[in-house]
Amino acid sequence: MPELSIDGQPFRFAQGTTVAAALMSSGDRCSRTSVSGQRRAPLCGMGICQECRVNIDGLRRLACQTICREGMQVQTRS
Amino acid sequence: MTQHVDLLIIGAGPAGMAAALAAAPSAISIAIIDDNPLPGGQIWRDGPQARLSASARQMRARLQRHGNIQLHSASKVVAFAGTKRLLLENAEEGWVLAYDKLIVCTGARELLLPFPGWSLPGVTGAGALQALIKGGLPVAGERIVIAGSGPLLLAAAATAKKNGAEVVRIAEQASLGDVARFGAGLWRWPNKMIQALDLASGVYRTSAHVLAASGVDRLEAVRVQLGDRVHEIACDRLACGFGLVPNVEIATALGCRIEHRAIFVDQWQASSVADHYAAGECSGFGGSELALVEGRIAGLAALGQRAQARKLWPERKHWQNFADRLNRAFALNPALKKLAKPDTLVCRCEDVPYAELANHSSWTAAKLNTRCGMGACQGRICATAGQTLLGWEPPQLRPPFSPARIATLACLDEDVA
Ligand SMILES: Cc1cc2nc3c(=O)[nH]c(=O)nc-3n(C[C@H](O)[C@H](O)[C@H](O)COP(=O)(O)OP(=O)(O)OC[C@H]3O[C@@H](n4cnc5c(N)ncnc54)[C@H](O)[C@@H]3O)c2cc1C
Ligand code: FES
Repeated sequence: MPELSIDGQPFRFAQGTTVAAALMSSGDRCSRTSVSGQRRAPLCGMGICQECRVNIDGLRRLACQTICREGMQVQTRS
Repeated sequence: MTQHVDLLIIGAGPAGMAAALAAAPSAISIAIIDDNPLPGGQIWRDGPQARLSASARQMRARLQRHGNIQLHSASKVVAFAGTKRLLLENAEEGWVLAYDKLIVCTGARELLLPFPGWSLPGVTGAGALQALIKGGLPVAGERIVIAGSGPLLLAAAATAKKNGAEVVRIAEQASLGDVARFGAGLWRWPNKMIQALDLASGVYRTSAHVLAASGVDRLEAVRVQLGDRVHEIACDRLACGFGLVPNVEIATALGCRIEHRAIFVDQWQASSVADHYAAGECSGFGGSELALVEGRIAGLAALGQRAQARKLWPERKHWQNFADRLNRAFALNPALKKLAKPDTLVCRCEDVPYAELANHSSWTAAKLNTRCGMGACQGRICATAGQTLLGWEPPQLRPPFSPARIATLACLDEDVA
């Protein structure tokens, strides 16, 4: 199974999995920290709410509209 | 880099795909841009836990076969770059696309309303949970409460069950009478909805709505109003959506008239702006069949093939009647406007609670004083909630329509130079 990294932790995924689904099934299952310090997880699943915005290989991306790729580095705390 | 096409379509859901396929035989140049990784819109998603229907696969294959259709997936509209020119961005680059005719097929999003605990991890929209499961989210063995309104609750429940979750309650806010009247017309709804209703029946409750979600770091329980009683239900997930809201932001910014929260169109699917058309859920909720036929009419009308477009009017009327029925059945109970408590966050981007908003008289005043709607979602969640809860007119979106890279914005200068 291919693998990517979420906050430094390896995560194995089935081909076609979205990064949002990966985030919600690993670590603290969250995607970002809000301005008042709450951890948040994907909400709308369709590119509207921006709760799933993460850093992927240095670029800000929406996890729910991104498909997992081998070797991706995903950061939820940057 | 600037490209030119005869016809640009924004959105590759059923409406956008049908519009492109209807226009393609004319051999004009067509581009479709869509922010998802694959075409199909909200309904046709494949992934590790979903298989596309045969008809959806066929439409995708037909799109690929037409050499005059370029599909730009994972691409979004960033800004206008002058008349009939849009600045676009994908993961690699930004570019300007000029067009003669435009069809807006931006679909709809779920109406998400604030209630205590809705920002806890474990709470999602209803269609959202369906999309996330199709995208590979494992839910086997989880206890799931589904709440809100409309047939999407049943679709979400069916997907969750199919993937091994235990759906412990479906709370539909509409009354039994309204749902039953709608059910009488259900023979027209796709088969899978009928199956969904079947499977849901044991846990399905009408006149029922969520009151609050609770938990320490993530969702542990949901309080639900069931008729005149309150139930506390332990669960792993709450999927809550109150129906659909058309995505009209780009059309509004283009100057198209909006009526009843949707893009106004005439019988040719033409908007109030010349050469700009709209089809599918962005011009009013109606399900995928209506989106398909509207897309075909828009594609033909944009080419001036009015006789062919007119032949499709009866089919559109058939599905429009169904949509009207649906919208009447699932009209929102005013009690839902009172779910947010003073400390409930309404704006999740800037963490602004309800009490701070309710002090103001309009969206603009609230925005200037509290920063609500100034975060990354640009008010798509909170301004839509404010419109429903407080009756405030949502603001017109200003470019950039979505967060963009500096290098993309620099294309605007190049383009002018
Ligand atoms: C979450 C969700 C789940 C649903 N599930 C079902 C279901 O199971 N069964 C059912 O019958 N109906 C379902 N519906 C209703 C569904 O919307 C319609 O049946 C049908 O998909 C409408 O087609 P459409 O082409 O009008 O819009 P959509 O399918 O919504 O397609 C619009 C497309 O445009 C893209 N887009 C929007 N704005 C932009 C932009 N600015 N730039 C680039 N791309 C953009 C969107 O990402 C999307 O891919 C669902 C709706 C939602 C919101
Ligand atoms: S979950 Fe809302 S934008 Fe991705």
